[in-house]
Amino acid sequence: MRVRVPHTRVIPAKAGIQAWPRVRRPWIPACAGMTSVRMSWLTGIVFCASLAALLGDVAACRAGESYGIGRAATPGEIAGWNIDVSPDGAGLPPGHGGVDAGRAIFEEKCSACHGAHGEGKPMDRLVGGFGTVFDVKSERTVGSFWPYATTLFDFVRRAMPFDAPQSLTPDQVYAVCAYVLYLNKLVPPDAVLDAQRLPKIEMPNRAHFVSAYPPQVRSPAP
Amino acid sequence: MPDEDPWELQFEESPAPPRGIASDIARPGDITRRGLIGAGLGVAASAVPTGRAFSAAETESDSNLPPAVPQWQKQPGGPVMTPPYGLPSPHEAKVIRRPRAGAPPPTNLASFSLTPLQDLRGIVTPNGLHYERHHAGVPDIDPEQHRLIVHGLVDRPMIFTMDDLTRFPSVSRLHFLECSGNSSPNWSAPKPEHTAQDLHGLLSCAEWTGVPLATVLAEAGVRPEAKWMLAEGADAAAMTRSIPIEKALDDAILAYGQNGERLRPEQGYPLRLFLPGYEGNASVKWLRRLKLGAAPFETREETSKYTMVMPDHTVRQFNFVMEAKSVITFPSSGQRLSEPGFCEISGLAWSGVGKVQRVEVSTDGGASWRDAALQEPVLTKCLTRFRLPWRWDGAGAVLASRVTDDSGYVQPSREALLKLRDVRSYYHNNAIQSWRVASSGAVTNAG
Repeated sequence: MRVRVPHTRVIPAKAGIQAWPRVRRPWIPACAGMTSVRMSWLTGIVFCASLAALLGDVAACRAGESYGIGRAATPGEIAGWNIDVSPDGAGLPPGHGGVDAGRAIFEEKCSACHGAHGEGKPMDRLVGGFGTVFDVKSERTVGSFWPYATTLFDFVRRAMPFDAPQSLTPDQVYAVCAYVLYLNKLVPPDAVLDAQRLPKIEMPNRAHFVSAYPPQVRSPAP
Repeated sequence: MPDEDPWELQFEESPAPPRGIASDIARPGDITRRGLIGAGLGVAASAVPTGRAFSAAETESDSNLPPAVPQWQKQPGGPVMTPPYGLPSPHEAKVIRRPRAGAPPPTNLASFSLTPLQDLRGIVTPNGLHYERHHAGVPDIDPEQHRLIVHGLVDRPMIFTMDDLTRFPSVSRLHFLECSGNSSPNWSAPKPEHTAQDLHGLLSCAEWTGVPLATVLAEAGVRPEAKWMLAEGADAAAMTRSIPIEKALDDAILAYGQNGERLRPEQGYPLRLFLPGYEGNASVKWLRRLKLGAAPFETREETSKYTMVMPDHTVRQFNFVMEAKSVITFPSSGQRLSEPGFCEISGLAWSGVGKVQRVEVSTDGGASWRDAALQEPVLTKCLTRFRLPWRWDGAGAVLASRVTDDSGYVQPSREALLKLRDVRSYYHNNAIQSWRVASSGAVTNAG
């Protein structure tokens, strides 16, 4: 657990050097305390010491050590929002779903926007387009373009269906993914997906993806 | 005494008619000037018992010109706080955000609107005119119930309220924000009717206030193995992007202020990530979660979208930086020069890498170039206003601008850009924009 420095530590106005606490903050009370100290030779030293402490305090804050603002997030709070899924499968929840179950969900919740078989209109086409990615008139679908099957799970879970995002159970998300991947001929009709199987699906366009970060070459001047 | 009488201050500056130009790019759906004049004065009249509504004929007749005393000077105007949050003059009703002409979106929820660059002065975009790009509509978030969670590869997973975040030391910085899809129509043959708004209006500029992201990340303690940061929105898309840790610790801001007030809902109220110089979608709005990780998270918005298909049959991801670009906003497509003579060419230049160093303007289609004056302040990753005095001789002309940033990078011509990339890459088109001035004075898009 992190060590918290209290916010409202009051520093005595007549604190001597010995008593001067090595507290990083808050420095405003330290300042206020200084103003009430008479400037004798002793308090002059105190003043200088406190000024140094003040400057040191500001420097420490600028270095971003800690302001003591915010609190620890609980595991429960994080779990409710921690919905992302990485290509290695990290973040995939327990559960499973197959093509047949996915077809039923798709027809009910997805087909109005993506077509009965993922052919698109009015929204994104999800199926087909293999071999067209580098054509001028390309068809960029889950099957032809997306580099990771895990991204499909991540996106369906967080953003679909469009009118009721984050309403599907993990089993339903696995099932919808299985159906969309089946429509793209990337899994067999009897496929059932789970946290182990989904990350292993090889997406046809994966090898074409390259990262432009960090930037290597800037576009040349005209 | 008159100086202290608020009623005397109303309409003390009457809307000046455009001099030398006539801008008329209203479209179906825009509120007509005449309709709004009537509506606006109707409101004022109802609030001021002594007032009288002027008919459109009266306000547009010669009776308001010298030597006659204008109608609006013969009685008091409207009271203070009409309305409490002020609005532009009703005579400016054409200065609004619009969709791209001829390209109705399939949905208004996962869509965009464009800033009317051709109508703006200076470098700051009024908050009501900031361009929009939403992936699942604009959420209505109660700031009291909004939280930011920072977790993943950190020493101390943290949760922050808005009150927490506004307690941190703050910064205010002027930066542009530009969508990576801005200017994308310029990959194709130019449509003469496209305006600066249609072509380049996914661009705005504001003073953003917030806490440096590095400050908040330090509270959680970023572990050395953290190389990327997932930023997630609290909208219905739960929009996510992976951000390099170098950027997160450099000049990124957790912004809650925009031009002096809290963020507009369209801009991520109550909290957004702001990444100066980066493509707009990476500055995730309605920010609710930051997760530190060792690798990119490969979200939909960095795989399926916002990637560039290249001629060498690669698909380039993480094309963050918006390269240097410039556009002349006056005279620009849709406007009209009323007569030959003096004309101040004016426009905007910017670079996601740094400061604008130089802007050159051509009035002969790129055959020759002259240096434009740069309006101070010239700020990093911010719009810079440039100007060049010009005397239009009444003949046809092609106007263009070309920016050089402080890294030495020169904005490419369309031809140069097309040698590197093409319409398949779609995003990050920063080619030189040309406008054609006809002998009639009409200005159209020349690509």
